[in-house]
Amino acid sequence: MSRKLLIEHAEVPGIASFETYRKHGGYASVEKALKTMSPDEVVDEVKKSGLRGRGGAGFPTGMKWSFLAKPEGVERHLVCNADESEPGTFKDRYLMEKLPHLLIEGMITSSYALGARRSYIYIRGEFMYVLRILEKAIAEAYANGMLGKNILGSGYDLDLVVTPGGGAYICGEETALLESLEGKRGNPRMKPPFPAVKGLWGNPTVVNNVESIAAVVPIVNEGGEAYAQIGIERSTGTKLISASGNLVRPGVYEIELGLSVEEFIYGDDYCRGIANGKKLKACIPGGSSVPILPHYLVTKTAAGTDRLMTYESLADGGFASGSMLGSGGFIVFDEDQCIVRNTWNFARFYAHESCGQCSPCREGTGWMEKVLFRLEHGMGTLEDISLLEEINKKIEGNTICPLGDAAAWPVAAAIRHFRDEFEWHVNSPQEAQKRNYGLIQAPLEA
Amino acid sequence: MIKVTIDDVEIEVAPGTTILNAARQAGGELVPPAMCYYSKLPGTGGKCRTCLVEVAAGSTADPRPMPKLVASCSTPVMDGMIVKNKTSERVQTNRGGVVEFLLVNHPLDCPVCDQAGECHLQDLGYEHGSAKTRYREERRTFSPIDIGNKIKLHMNRCILCYRCVHVANQLTEKRVHGVLHRGEHAEISTYIENAIDNDFSGNMIDVCPVGALTDKTFRFKSRVWFLKPYEAECACDKCSGKAVVWMFGNEIFRVTARKDKYGEVETIDDKTAWICNDCRFDKKDPSKWNLIGPRKIDRHSVISQGKYATKNDNNPKLLS
Repeated sequence: MSRKLLIEHAEVPGIASFETYRKHGGYASVEKALKTMSPDEVVDEVKKSGLRGRGGAGFPTGMKWSFLAKPEGVERHLVCNADESEPGTFKDRYLMEKLPHLLIEGMITSSYALGARRSYIYIRGEFMYVLRILEKAIAEAYANGMLGKNILGSGYDLDLVVTPGGGAYICGEETALLESLEGKRGNPRMKPPFPAVKGLWGNPTVVNNVESIAAVVPIVNEGGEAYAQIGIERSTGTKLISASGNLVRPGVYEIELGLSVEEFIYGDDYCRGIANGKKLKACIPGGSSVPILPHYLVTKTAAGTDRLMTYESLADGGFASGSMLGSGGFIVFDEDQCIVRNTWNFARFYAHESCGQCSPCREGTGWMEKVLFRLEHGMGTLEDISLLEEINKKIEGNTICPLGDAAAWPVAAAIRHFRDEFEWHVNSPQEAQKRNYGLIQAPLEA
Repeated sequence: MIKVTIDDVEIEVAPGTTILNAARQAGGELVPPAMCYYSKLPGTGGKCRTCLVEVAAGSTADPRPMPKLVASCSTPVMDGMIVKNKTSERVQTNRGGVVEFLLVNHPLDCPVCDQAGECHLQDLGYEHGSAKTRYREERRTFSPIDIGNKIKLHMNRCILCYRCVHVANQLTEKRVHGVLHRGEHAEISTYIENAIDNDFSGNMIDVCPVGALTDKTFRFKSRVWFLKPYEAECACDKCSGKAVVWMFGNEIFRVTARKDKYGEVETIDDKTAWICNDCRFDKKDPSKWNLIGPRKIDRHSVISQGKYATKNDNNPKLLS
């Protein structure tokens, strides 16, 4: 069983209230940071911890913080990205719903490290009830002197505001989030300039995921080096995984990075295997945007080594035989699931959520969705499969923000690994309407 | 001054210049096409992705190539940067892809479109598009709407370059139109078809690279290539009064701003010579204008007749 650094007290009754949270050691990192450490020391601890962004891209948080421009007399901001909209990911919602004070504590400590006087939590519009929980917790934190003027007598002032979005997936992209926070249409900005130089209202801004900010709390409490002891190589610490799909026990798990995928799917402490005694068909290890893995590549890499839950191991083999840890949205498919239908479903999502700003994504996602609709409904041709691959190549890397890539990768990977199933849909359309293809065979060399 | 090499041509430009503007300083074939960028409107660019170029070396200090193609309209040049546009196979295929995307939902109604002959998408289609479409699905359609009493919007033809939104933001006092909806369903519209009533709204027609925004006083009156453009000026207290009048015989069919070879309104006396709605829509009487002389058309579009005739005759893509 992994050590739990974030959600250890999540199921304690009343943990959402300030008193109970404080009784379980809450706000210790605020006291430690504000009373005994300088802001730069906090940044150093985060750098030492090797913490990598938990929102999906895995960029080292300490490095991101050190890029923040600090011109004299200009306000800086910390923005928490709580716009968790990636299909298959629900860890941030769980964390905020159960432990609102953990996020607030992380926000205070991180804002102190960055010198931000006004910080924001941008929360997804669908999470209105979570917003209420957070607002209540923020009010409690103000009442207990953890927010506002002169926190704990340290002379540091911080205001924390929580703002709901309108429920657009694109507003999870950091620059679109800032636009939306400024009250504009949530279109991603052109980069450069990056938010670290010119972000919210033109001020230097850091945007971090909920889990990254929450992870600052144990890092400050126990020290960056102790945190870096957990995990393997450059994947340090613990990670929340939202497991969903055909599992015996889906849910949010906190794992130490470096756990084997086999253990995570079949282990008694975790998901306990595939539901209803079925076989594993495929797995998407990091939310809908990352490439899908067929069953023979889930627990073993193409080289035959055990696949581990780390940034590196899941990406082993590049896009040919690997995937990404992404946001930790672990989606498992059993043998009864149709990959074509699932790919179409994702394509439909991205076509719906594309902001429509740049042409490859606006037109390409819609086009892919329509072609996949035809394939799934028995109206496709073999040329459609190669057409999809071509559209993919033209979208990938040519868009303003990563949504284009996120839309292209799952389709590309599905065709790469499940071409037989796509062709079966074309060649036996009537059969494909009645039953599912079942397991695909691993290629002989694999 | 810093040095940048675009398609083996070395150019010296001021620091902070974008790749596209550096290329425009050199001029000629190496200039990437731009559908959304408009140098006179700050904030435009980056959206259409037709100006993508390959950066083979980032700078002298850091000569690594950039992994992705970059939008030349919004990427500043660095000293020693090596850019490939025409010489890069990758750029050409991806630009072809972008043109294909732009044409996915664009109706091929050039024969009845007022923009034909001076349409940037038409030019781009000739140069990078293929003769046949691979798009079998139903196209996104809208009904044409009036925005204001002088402008017609054909949303079907729109490529969502956002130029007109920037015009409204920067030239007029209150913006009442913008982009509604998201993704493929995004459309330019006014709030509940509110009329646009502003002295400079007509410039939206000039900046539109396609036939989405057209002049209602000129619609269906003539093809642009039948008209003779003259540089003209008039005394106007609202704008510069420097315009181009398009005449057939002694009749003025339409009035536009003076546009350069990139389709952008020219800078005259250090000011962008936008024209007001009175000059554009109401002064159709030749006696109100002082004709200076014929206007040279410096565009590589279909308007310069015969340009594409030989090219297409031997184009295997068209014959197949």
